[in-house]
Amino acid sequence: MGKFIYADNAATTALSPKVLEGMMPYLTTEYANASSLYAFGSAAKEAVEKARNQVAVALGARDNEIYFTAGGSEADNWAIKGYAHAMLKKGKNHIISTKFEHHAVLHTLDALAKQGFEITLLDVHSDGLVRVDELKAAIKDTTGLVTVMYANNEIGTVQPIAEIGAVCREKGVVFHTDAVQAVGNVEIDVKAQNIDMLSLSAHKFHGPKGMGALYIKRGIPFGNLIDGGAQENRRRAGTENTAGIVGTGIAITEAVATMKKRNEKCREISNYIMDNCLKIERSRVNGDRTKRLPGNVNMCFEGVEGESLLLMLDAKGICASSGSACTSGSLDPSHVLLSIGLKHEVAHGSLRLTFSDDNTLDDAKYICEVLPPIIERLRAMSPLWDKIKSEENN
Amino acid sequence: MYTKQVMDHFENPRNVGELADANGIGEVGNAKCGDIMKIFLKVENGIIADVRFKTYGCASAIATSSIATEMIKGQPLEKAIELSNKAVVEALGGLPPHKIHCSVLAEQAIKAAVADYYTRQGVDPTPFVGKIDHDCEHCEGCGH
Repeated sequence: MGKFIYADNAATTALSPKVLEGMMPYLTTEYANASSLYAFGSAAKEAVEKARNQVAVALGARDNEIYFTAGGSEADNWAIKGYAHAMLKKGKNHIISTKFEHHAVLHTLDALAKQGFEITLLDVHSDGLVRVDELKAAIKDTTGLVTVMYANNEIGTVQPIAEIGAVCREKGVVFHTDAVQAVGNVEIDVKAQNIDMLSLSAHKFHGPKGMGALYIKRGIPFGNLIDGGAQENRRRAGTENTAGIVGTGIAITEAVATMKKRNEKCREISNYIMDNCLKIERSRVNGDRTKRLPGNVNMCFEGVEGESLLLMLDAKGICASSGSACTSGSLDPSHVLLSIGLKHEVAHGSLRLTFSDDNTLDDAKYICEVLPPIIERLRAMSPLWDKIKSEENN
Repeated sequence: MYTKQVMDHFENPRNVGELADANGIGEVGNAKCGDIMKIFLKVENGIIADVRFKTYGCASAIATSSIATEMIKGQPLEKAIELSNKAVVEALGGLPPHKIHCSVLAEQAIKAAVADYYTRQGVDPTPFVGKIDHDCEHCEGCGH
């Protein structure tokens, strides 16, 4: 078998063997409904509560502030819609967010805008970072909620979350953060950082797919998203996904315990790639070089188109992603790349490589070996590259 | 996502490059949309003696350019301008719905190159090739 390098860990990660092992009993013998009363169900109930505690410990929260969901998108929808409707009772209808949120947040805000909520999207500047003074200036009497992602899913920039939390606390505004890319990769303490709500997704840190959680600070009023049974303290109906919940607890514990080591290794891999690939003519790194997730590389190579680049990398055994229009399934390149001021034609030539525990420096070396000839080959057949070069010479 | 034929033409594109002695050159698409196709024709006695292409774009844009050049090479001009995007799609064994516009670009690029040939000969190309959509303004998939 040829080379295989998985460099798309921001899309999803491999399930940890320890997580799978911990989940297995709840997929086999311990199948009881966690909400049942008989003794047979108590193991499932205990396992769910243990996992809740594991998530709470990882975030610096209390157990009763953690609610399990069926993924990060549900958690984002729930946090924003649940609080938006609750804040109307206080006469608040203004929500502040950013231009480069994940669609789980942006499309949720679109839906609320149609219902009459006022939405302000902050600029993220060319470095992919929110400015706290701009946030402060945007808060007004009617502002009830600020939702800013912890780390961006495409360019990996890590936002000044503690500062944002402090401003929100000072102004009496509830602060939600979509931490789907951040959990397991950065130190999080919801109390110290004044985070009122936080969304996470288990499969981003070697947990199972279809599992997420929402932290909601005790005392914050919010409505339900999914009505029905009395699960999750009557806040989120549906029979507990015991195995998924157990897997989430184990995965987050493991991710936090191994964070330092992983970050060191990922930083080495990413820096190696960025340093080497920046030697390619007309290339750039997207997002701040240092205030980013250690395992995130996002670069643009002018004159080439992202989908072609990905397919050629795939032929070399490398799994990567791009923000080009052709890979997004729409005809515009990624809103994230446009939000940091890239032109359409530059954004089409983007490449995202995201690393995790299983990657090595050898992966980085191999990528740096195969990438330049691929770019050269695509540029050799690109009329856009010819134009760029002829403009350079004039 | 792509058929074997698309991947073959993407990975081993035919007729890539430029023709120094081209007597008909056509370019369509734009960088903003993410695809540009440029076709170089060498026309001799009304026949496409040689053809090359350069394409900036996704795999299907490269594959449609490649197969389209194969389909018109050695053909008389009248046949070449009859090449429809549908024929290109069929020859590739199909394209995903949101990639159909690439085949339209290929058809337009050939027409633009033929039009350029006629213009260089001092002949008005409009009766032969009709209106060329250089900037894919009629491309249905695209908002630009």
